[in-house]
Amino acid sequence: MLYIKCPYCGLRAQKEFSYGGDATVKRPNINEEVSSEDWDNFVYMRKSPRGKHIELWQHIAGCRQWIKVQRDTATHEIFQTAKVTEEIR
Amino acid sequence: MSQPFRLNKEGLINRNKKISFTFNGKKLFGYEGDTIASALIANGIHLVGRSFKYHRPRGFFGAGVEEPNAKLQVEFNGHSEPNVNATEMELVEGLSATSQNCWPSVNFDIGAINNFLKMFFPAGFYYKTFMWPKSFWYKIYEPFIRKAAGLGVASIEKDKERYEHKFEYCDLLVTGSGPSGLASAYAAAKNGAKVILAEDKPRFGGTLLTDDVSIDNLSGKDWAEKIINELKSMPNVTVKNRSQVFGYYDHNMLVMFERVSDHLEKKSKFTPRQRLWYIRAKETILSTGSIERPIVFGNNDTPGIFLSAAAKEYMKVYGVLVGKKPLIFTNNDSAYETALEFKKNNVEPIILDTREEHSSELIDEAKSKGIDIRFSHGVIVANGYKKVKSAKIGKLNKDKNSFEKIETVDCDCICVSGFWTPSVHLASQSGNKLKYEEKIDAFIPDKKKQHETSVGAANGSFTLEESLKNGFENGSNLSAKITDTKTEITIPNVNEKKYGAHDKFWCMPLPKNENPKRFVDFQNDVSVSDIEIALREGYRSIEHVKRYTTLGMATDQGRTSNLNGLQLVSNIENKIVPEVGHTTFRPPFTPITIGTIVGREVGMEYMPTRKTPMHEWHEKNNAVFVDAGAWKRPRFYKQGSETLFEASKREAKNVRENVGICDVTTLGKIDIKGPDAAEFLNRVYTNAWMKLPVGKARYGLMLREDGIVMDDGTTTRISENHYHMTTTTAQAANVLSHLEYYLQIVWPELNVNVVSTTEQWAGAAIAGPKSREMLSKLYPDLDVSNEALPFMGYKEAEFFGVPSRIFRISFSGELAYEINVKSDHGMFMWEKMMEVGKEFGNQPYGTEALSTLRIEMGHVAGPELDGRTIPSDVSLNGLVSKKKDFIGKNSLGREAFNVESRQKIVGLIPIDRKSSIPEGSHIVQDQNAKLPNPKLGHVSSSCWSVENNNPFSLAIMKDGKNMIGKKFFAVSPLKNKSIEVEVISSHYVDPEGKRVRS
Ligand SMILES: [Zn+2]
Repeated sequence: MLYIKCPYCGLRAQKEFSYGGDATVKRPNINEEVSSEDWDNFVYMRKSPRGKHIELWQHIAGCRQWIKVQRDTATHEIFQTAKVTEEIR
Repeated sequence: MSQPFRLNKEGLINRNKKISFTFNGKKLFGYEGDTIASALIANGIHLVGRSFKYHRPRGFFGAGVEEPNAKLQVEFNGHSEPNVNATEMELVEGLSATSQNCWPSVNFDIGAINNFLKMFFPAGFYYKTFMWPKSFWYKIYEPFIRKAAGLGVASIEKDKERYEHKFEYCDLLVTGSGPSGLASAYAAAKNGAKVILAEDKPRFGGTLLTDDVSIDNLSGKDWAEKIINELKSMPNVTVKNRSQVFGYYDHNMLVMFERVSDHLEKKSKFTPRQRLWYIRAKETILSTGSIERPIVFGNNDTPGIFLSAAAKEYMKVYGVLVGKKPLIFTNNDSAYETALEFKKNNVEPIILDTREEHSSELIDEAKSKGIDIRFSHGVIVANGYKKVKSAKIGKLNKDKNSFEKIETVDCDCICVSGFWTPSVHLASQSGNKLKYEEKIDAFIPDKKKQHETSVGAANGSFTLEESLKNGFENGSNLSAKITDTKTEITIPNVNEKKYGAHDKFWCMPLPKNENPKRFVDFQNDVSVSDIEIALREGYRSIEHVKRYTTLGMATDQGRTSNLNGLQLVSNIENKIVPEVGHTTFRPPFTPITIGTIVGREVGMEYMPTRKTPMHEWHEKNNAVFVDAGAWKRPRFYKQGSETLFEASKREAKNVRENVGICDVTTLGKIDIKGPDAAEFLNRVYTNAWMKLPVGKARYGLMLREDGIVMDDGTTTRISENHYHMTTTTAQAANVLSHLEYYLQIVWPELNVNVVSTTEQWAGAAIAGPKSREMLSKLYPDLDVSNEALPFMGYKEAEFFGVPSRIFRISFSGELAYEINVKSDHGMFMWEKMMEVGKEFGNQPYGTEALSTLRIEMGHVAGPELDGRTIPSDVSLNGLVSKKKDFIGKNSLGREAFNVESRQKIVGLIPIDRKSSIPEGSHIVQDQNAKLPNPKLGHVSSSCWSVENNNPFSLAIMKDGKNMIGKKFFAVSPLKNKSIEVEVISSHYVDPEGKRVRS
């Protein structure tokens, strides 16, 4: 079970969180034209990297905030967590 | 009654307390502190089971977790448990143990005929023997194999015991209380660290209990006791015996299995049987010790053959002799300690040492005590079927591949030692890639991936001095980093015997023309020849050899067999062991009970039960409940001997004719507030929301970004910046997360807050042609006319003095209202409604009637919104705005979503107007067509239409409305039904929707 540091609540067990996918995907702006290719990329296309991956988790059984987690998909090592408004480098 | 193999004084058992038990029906006794194994051996019983494949007689081999053979069916304290390790299970009064995998008895087992049908069970026999003919597999081969190759029998009784889960956090977890574990825990505790020390066995101390050593002039056992007592007195230390750390997971979480009360004759009602600990440790010390490995020789599985250290443990801990005429067969010095212990108890052993004549402290001591030592010797084959009677021994030539001399000696037990294998399972589970240590012919931990440090024998240090030093240093350094305190500790003086070098000898050769079975893996009956066959047949990877031969795949995880298996593969392949590599270690280290894994999450505690405030009323009025997520909802209210079908028909009919009330508390409710709330809803829902006036509700549809319908429900504008959203019961949690996602991540600029209010409100729907009349009685001071409170209108008013919300919305398709009051007033509201509704013929209705009402109206719900449908599939394209953007809009233009033949919603009625159509039926053109019969669609929801008095179903079908008027078959192989149906509109009742607006 992973141990995830919520930027609002501190270290909590994975049980309290739910996974939300790739955090680097940006939704096309609302009310703006978008090519079907860009749209399809946003909806469907995800990389499945082995190694570092910046992803979203929601602290559903805690503060209910969505957060960013940088995790190694192979080893589960977590390098960094941040609020969604913060950048992970 | 005397115990022929019990020593008079030795041992740590309590001789003042006798415990009676039975084995295969025979009444026996042991002492408090005995295991089943030690008590049986004390009584001279060695034959305890039959082997897995060949049903060969098997006895005890080890004295603890390493035991491969002695798995028993044990009944105790009201349990019947299979595959219990007799060397670990403590004796309790009244325990009854029986042998497994034998019939009719362990002494005469018909299955042993397999031993003479070896061609039936070669390596890979599962894959080879039972391939043909295919039809034989299910009826003949599979049941036969199951019966022949079984272990114990799982109980079918309900487990009445209590099991618990516990979550714990610590600075340092120490796994094992041998010398290095004790030293680590002690040093860390002195530094002020929060320490958990776990010991698998009932007694603390590990090898200190059996080795002839002294520490600071105390015996090993006394020193261990002193340290344990001091640790127990410290508030920052938790010391646990009968507790095995069996799994090492991510982020330094370890899982421990505590046997709380299996050893107790009586316990209090609330004492759990076993407890599962989830331990998050900042640092972990792995002091799991090592396990002796055997040397392979002929018939090495005969009862009476033991690991040499196990024989010593039986003497020192249990005061039991495993035999009175022992042969000690060794390639190293440690077995000499066993020989000396026998000698001390006036038993004369013979030592067969594979090494050439040489000298060491222990060898010299054995010599001086007059023990018969034969160098360059080993056991070729053990004689005796159910018990060792003698052994053919041989003097090895210099090449150790042939014999100078062969003779037979009498013996009643053989104690074998092939040197020591560090227990590296936890290190390996943590992600540590192991490395092969030439010096000890075994794997030890390498570079760490998590916060783990192996110390002592687990790390390949086999001397006490080194283990203690290792433990004190690591315990001190690791904890000092956490507590910032470093207490000086003087490492104690140690007195131990020095061991000479071991011999890298692991398998006895066979003389010409002799071919006894030589087992590598006892529990799975894998012999040297099986591994040879696998390699001859081309298996190379150790993982493949393992699966093909089942080497190391039994419940003992190959603790005594893995390294010998690797040696064998390396020898045949002419590789060195590190090139062959080892197989993967997986948790749990030893079998644990299902009850422990489940813990308290069983029966009603499996998940929380959510009850509405009106639940008690439903119960009193014969409601039959149905689970809706965690909620309990009344499915129908049973009157007399009514069936579900009759009751739901009655309830639905009453709504159509009079009025009914339904508990709708479980619907998801979300409060949405903020100046941008309207804009937010406009983006979330497919339809327009900017112009919804205060005091009005609107039906809304939300999509996922891929265009699939996510949920539907009504949202009401309570005030300028305040909306009340409802979701389906099932999607409530998902919708809230969905809204939070967009507000927090995608459009943080929107000033909106959302919060779940599902549990704040109790809700009741009033539906039926008489609902307005009933409402006017409930709110005598309120104008409830169609003009004052039109369809989709909203009002706040007092309900007999209680604040309430009135929504004019309808799920049933009838004139209907929904009343919400604060949860605490839910029961009051419900009872008032029942009282006032009497004169209008009001009856409560459950989810089954609710479904009937919505299905015949063609209202879609979960079965239609199944994660595969877009709005136009379910005739909701009228709700999709062409003017504005919203979540998922861009996906609706996809080609596949817009082809004419796409599956869409229709209605179905049976041609005979009688046969109900099973939900899930497939719609086909020709019911007799050759398989695979092309599927045109499926039946999503079925009901008995109370309006038309015949069955009616909704279906999602290719070509949708173009099929109306045509006839097909609805086929359900599951229910073995095929019903001829006609396609009609999905709106079977009131297609214009006049009633809701009346
Ligand atoms: Zn949080």
